[in-house]
Amino acid sequence: MSNQAVLSARDLKRDYEVGGSAFSKPKLLRALAGASFDLFPGKTLAVVGESGCGKSTLGRLVTMIEKPTSGTLTLDGKDVVAGLSNKAEAKQLRQDVQIVFQDPYGSLNPRHKIGSMLEEPLKINRPDLSAKDREELGRQMMAKVGLRPEHYSRYPHMFSGGQRQRIAIARALMLQPKVIVLDEPVSALDVSIQAQVLNLLNDVQEEFKLAYLFISHDLSVVKHVADEVMVMYLGRPVEKGSCEEIFANPQHPYTRALLSATPVADPRHKRDRIRLTGEIPSPIAPPPGCTFHPRCPLANERCRAEIPELLDRGGTLIACHAVEEGRNQEAAPAA
Amino acid sequence: MISPRSRRILRRFVGHWPGMASAVVLALLCLTALFAPQILTILGLDPFATDLFLLKAPPGPGHPLGTDEAGRDVLARLILASRASLTVGLTTALAASAIGTLIGLWAGYFGGRVDSILMRLTDGAIALPLLPLLIVLSAIDYAKVGLDGLNEGSGLARMVLILSLFAWTTVARLVRAETMSLKTRDFVVAATALGATPGRVLRRHILPNVLGAVIVATTLAIGNVILLESVLSFLGLGLSPPTPSWGGMLTNAQNTLWDRPELALWPGLAIFLTVIAFNFLGDGLRNALAARENPAAGR
Repeated sequence: MSNQAVLSARDLKRDYEVGGSAFSKPKLLRALAGASFDLFPGKTLAVVGESGCGKSTLGRLVTMIEKPTSGTLTLDGKDVVAGLSNKAEAKQLRQDVQIVFQDPYGSLNPRHKIGSMLEEPLKINRPDLSAKDREELGRQMMAKVGLRPEHYSRYPHMFSGGQRQRIAIARALMLQPKVIVLDEPVSALDVSIQAQVLNLLNDVQEEFKLAYLFISHDLSVVKHVADEVMVMYLGRPVEKGSCEEIFANPQHPYTRALLSATPVADPRHKRDRIRLTGEIPSPIAPPPGCTFHPRCPLANERCRAEIPELLDRGGTLIACHAVEEGRNQEAAPAA
Repeated sequence: MISPRSRRILRRFVGHWPGMASAVVLALLCLTALFAPQILTILGLDPFATDLFLLKAPPGPGHPLGTDEAGRDVLARLILASRASLTVGLTTALAASAIGTLIGLWAGYFGGRVDSILMRLTDGAIALPLLPLLIVLSAIDYAKVGLDGLNEGSGLARMVLILSLFAWTTVARLVRAETMSLKTRDFVVAATALGATPGRVLRRHILPNVLGAVIVATTLAIGNVILLESVLSFLGLGLSPPTPSWGGMLTNAQNTLWDRPELALWPGLAIFLTVIAFNFLGDGLRNALAARENPAAGR
């Protein structure tokens, strides 16, 4: 990680107001309660967690679809939040970050042909290009993601899920972005297709030195693609470290529980399944102290009162009082 | 070139017989309205000529449907009246849909205060007691308010304006709801991420996807407007007298209801058929367009 970060987030927060009406004050939903990370060219940061942990909100903030409530986001050294209020600058910034969504059926406009879909980014951002140039670039990109030339004038409903996801990736690549947010890009696909799409993502990452923010709940996929992993719980990162370290030596009780829930294709593998009881709490009324304490097997009084900070432990950042005090060692031997 | 999607919609529409039959009826009606003068010349009928020796005549030679209380040919007037009804129906429905679509898109996409204000306005427009207000608006002498143009001719422009002021609300609510659901769809979000301006997103991504619903609502609105127009004409507040309209013909038929009931029957039937045909056409279109690009359906 010696090279320069292309995108840096510091203490990113995002609140939503919910349920307000003329007669009642809206409640504050803290979807993201402070996340910091860096994205490097050619590297993948995976964000994992249950649904509702704020990982999709994070993706929306990074893609500049929404503004953070507080915190800073810098892209190539430029402040994104300030830049968004300036139209010309916002346009420039947006070109550098693109997104690929989970559902390849919802992410393509059913009324547009593939060709016009790929050309749209150029129409918006590159008025200098002629229609012929646009088509040329569109066709090149189609070839790059493994689509055939005759697909150019077809409509999205004529494609399979995997092909649609290739189209979505091609569209994201049209503006030669530096960062791509992948919001569960393979979760909606068959396993056999997943591998193809992941390989494609891998190829274009190497070719264009792309930084990926890979949002997923599928740990087996994450293990395959990630360089770094950030585990989130209820809007907060609880553990962040290199992919090997997190998978080989998970520290945080939540990470351990997540990992133990991943199926392993080995019948002789002995499974010490850590079962989490209860539901993920409502982010409108998060529990005091460590938000994980109601479900944590190691929770004590301190956990119920004091929010743990992300502390560096041998290169891995962990937010857990139990880990800090060494209480996790006797409770569950590392896998 | 027809896209496969249009072909599929067309196939579904043709398979829906009430809609298809209505389309044929309405096509004939439109042709009749369009070529009314020519048709009348061919038939040798004059809708304005009064034959004082043949008042309220039964059907007979020279007058296929008889004559009315002023001795004018009923068939000729019926044919010419289709112009007024269809013109008012179509222009009003189109104008109302245009207003409603714009307001709905704006309110649904931008939300917030604009949305609240526009939607309360819509609620207000829906809650207005329609008929009394239409009567008042129709009775106003627009020359006195400085809108001379509206009094010109048979009052068609005035009629369209008044009716459109009330007809836009349905479309506005419909488009708003559709827009709100569409703007959270991934392809709209992706367009925003690509740097598309709100105008572009609305034009290229949202409008084409709400158009189906708008077309259906417009078609259904035409029927309603024709009905309203005939009500106003019946009350004597529609198009000014020499211009024949179905509602006006109904009014005149009141006086002769006992001796010549069929004078009320013909314009009544014309209104009934037209309105029901537009409603069936709307149903047929809804049915055909409902086959969205639904991934779950898989076809």
